[in-house]
Amino acid sequence: MSERSDVGRLRKPSSLAGDAWRDLRRKPIFWISLALVLLVTAMAAAPGLFTSNDPTDCALSRQHAAPSGGALFGYDFQGCDTYARAVYGARASLLVGALSALFTGAIALLVGMLAGYFGGWVDAVLSRVIDIVLGIPLLLAAIVLLKRVSVDSATVRLTAVIFVLAVLGWTTAARVVRSSVISARQQDYVAAARMLGAGNGRIMWRHILPNTLAPAIVVLTIALGTFIAAEATLSFLGIGLREPTISWGIDINSGRVHMRESATPLVVPSTFLALTVLAFIMLGDAIRDAFDPKLR
Amino acid sequence: MFRFIVRRLLQMIVAFFGTTLIVYALMFAGQGDPIQALAGERPVTEAQRAYLTEKYHLDATGVGGFFYRYFDYLSNLLRGDLGESLTGRSIGDILAAAWPVTIKLALIAIAVAVIFGVTAGVLAGIRRASIFDNATLLLTLLVLGIPTIVLAPLAQYYLGVRWQLFPPTAGADPDFYALLLPGIVLGSLSLATALRLTRTSVAENLRADYVRTARSKGLPRRRVVSVHVLRNSLIPVITFLGVELGNLMSGAIITEGVFNIPGVGFNLFRGIRTEDGPLVVGIVSVLVVVYLVANLVVDILYAVLDPRIRYE
Repeated sequence: MSERSDVGRLRKPSSLAGDAWRDLRRKPIFWISLALVLLVTAMAAAPGLFTSNDPTDCALSRQHAAPSGGALFGYDFQGCDTYARAVYGARASLLVGALSALFTGAIALLVGMLAGYFGGWVDAVLSRVIDIVLGIPLLLAAIVLLKRVSVDSATVRLTAVIFVLAVLGWTTAARVVRSSVISARQQDYVAAARMLGAGNGRIMWRHILPNTLAPAIVVLTIALGTFIAAEATLSFLGIGLREPTISWGIDINSGRVHMRESATPLVVPSTFLALTVLAFIMLGDAIRDAFDPKLR
Repeated sequence: MFRFIVRRLLQMIVAFFGTTLIVYALMFAGQGDPIQALAGERPVTEAQRAYLTEKYHLDATGVGGFFYRYFDYLSNLLRGDLGESLTGRSIGDILAAAWPVTIKLALIAIAVAVIFGVTAGVLAGIRRASIFDNATLLLTLLVLGIPTIVLAPLAQYYLGVRWQLFPPTAGADPDFYALLLPGIVLGSLSLATALRLTRTSVAENLRADYVRTARSKGLPRRRVVSVHVLRNSLIPVITFLGVELGNLMSGAIITEGVFNIPGVGFNLFRGIRTEDGPLVVGIVSVLVVVYLVANLVVDILYAVLDPRIRYE
């Protein structure tokens, strides 16, 4: 009896996800980037755990002062704790990145699903829309859109940045969803479901959607990293988030201006931003490699 | 081929109207008071207001008025008349002075990408899964993942200010040496992508039948790689670099701003900083057109290089 169940377990066909997971477990890059992502997420959720200093407690008397009393990297031009500001900056970045990725994912799933499933003129129209949006350079369009937001309220600016990134950034994910919908649509189980009398909605929701989720999540993980970079770039230019919101992009810009007097206010937020973006991109890259055997 | 070009041109015209309409609608339509927005924080006199209303047909309302002004903007754009910036200089003149610098910078960036990216890509493609291959893959991932707003100031600080290997800023009328560091920073992104593309397509082509034939004819490995494989592998890389040239011209905002290079991106950077609305709109409109044309040229070039590619 026990022998037979052993054989049964050995022969159990390993799923794609199972294979991918075994592949991922052996990769140091996966663990490093996952650890970094978790660390930044913790920082965004509870910055008080990482520093006891107040990032808005600034005094010009401490301008470019040396590290002291919990301020690991000293003080910046305005006399704010450089390290505390970098820690508190994680929240805005992750909020923008995660929400933009979420909205991007929603638009991409909807458009990709409709275009891939129905084909024909629906596909033709939606694909042209994708082409046009993809043909607009992201940074330029974001500048145009955000220049119209003249309000300085922190929530309004945050919403505007998320909206702009989502509206401009969904195209790559939509293409990925569309192509995986097209390949899933031709599978036997879809034909079987249709013959059993399932309608379009049920087939899309129950049979095709689960198959498009994995590639979509991979693209969105990478997109999350690029959205964080884009938010920082826009804030750096002065049209994204603005003071009093704490953002790495703003701090990098002010650190850059005063780099000759002291470089740490430039280097610290730069390192935080670069590591966060890298972590998401490498995580997505590792998962994609694991899920796509062709690339091995 | 002819049909392909015509189709592609028609597509581009649709994209041109689509994108300019979007840019226009977002910039001008529906905002509270365009005249006040034009002037920024400064007060507007009654005479100026009447003059501007007359000049831009702002009294026409509704959909008709919107399209009237849109086509006005479009025909001005096509004639190269971009209006004046808030400082009173003609935007056309500003751009005419800025283009040569930006083109120089973009060419340096492309040269960096070709020289280092393609060479390393070929080596990595030949020795797939070697230490060199894995190291370059990791390195390109790092480069692709680090945003320009991190790379440019840090390169400026360490290589320019601290170790003084390069001039930290370029200033007016920059020479080649002053543009070298910004060119490398700007080109590093394209370098990484060019490297990955070359690597994949070299590795793919090495398995092709014609390579096996060439080898079995007894050709030396060097000739097989440099003539047979390289030629076919470079097609995607050339297209990418073409698109990238368009990207670089618009993507140089940060690099030119940080290194103080008086190019197109720098003027856009300054326009955003000084809230110079007309300057920003003018430059963005031109850059969008440049970007569209670059894409068109590359697509046609692609079809010329690879006869298998046709839109049907």
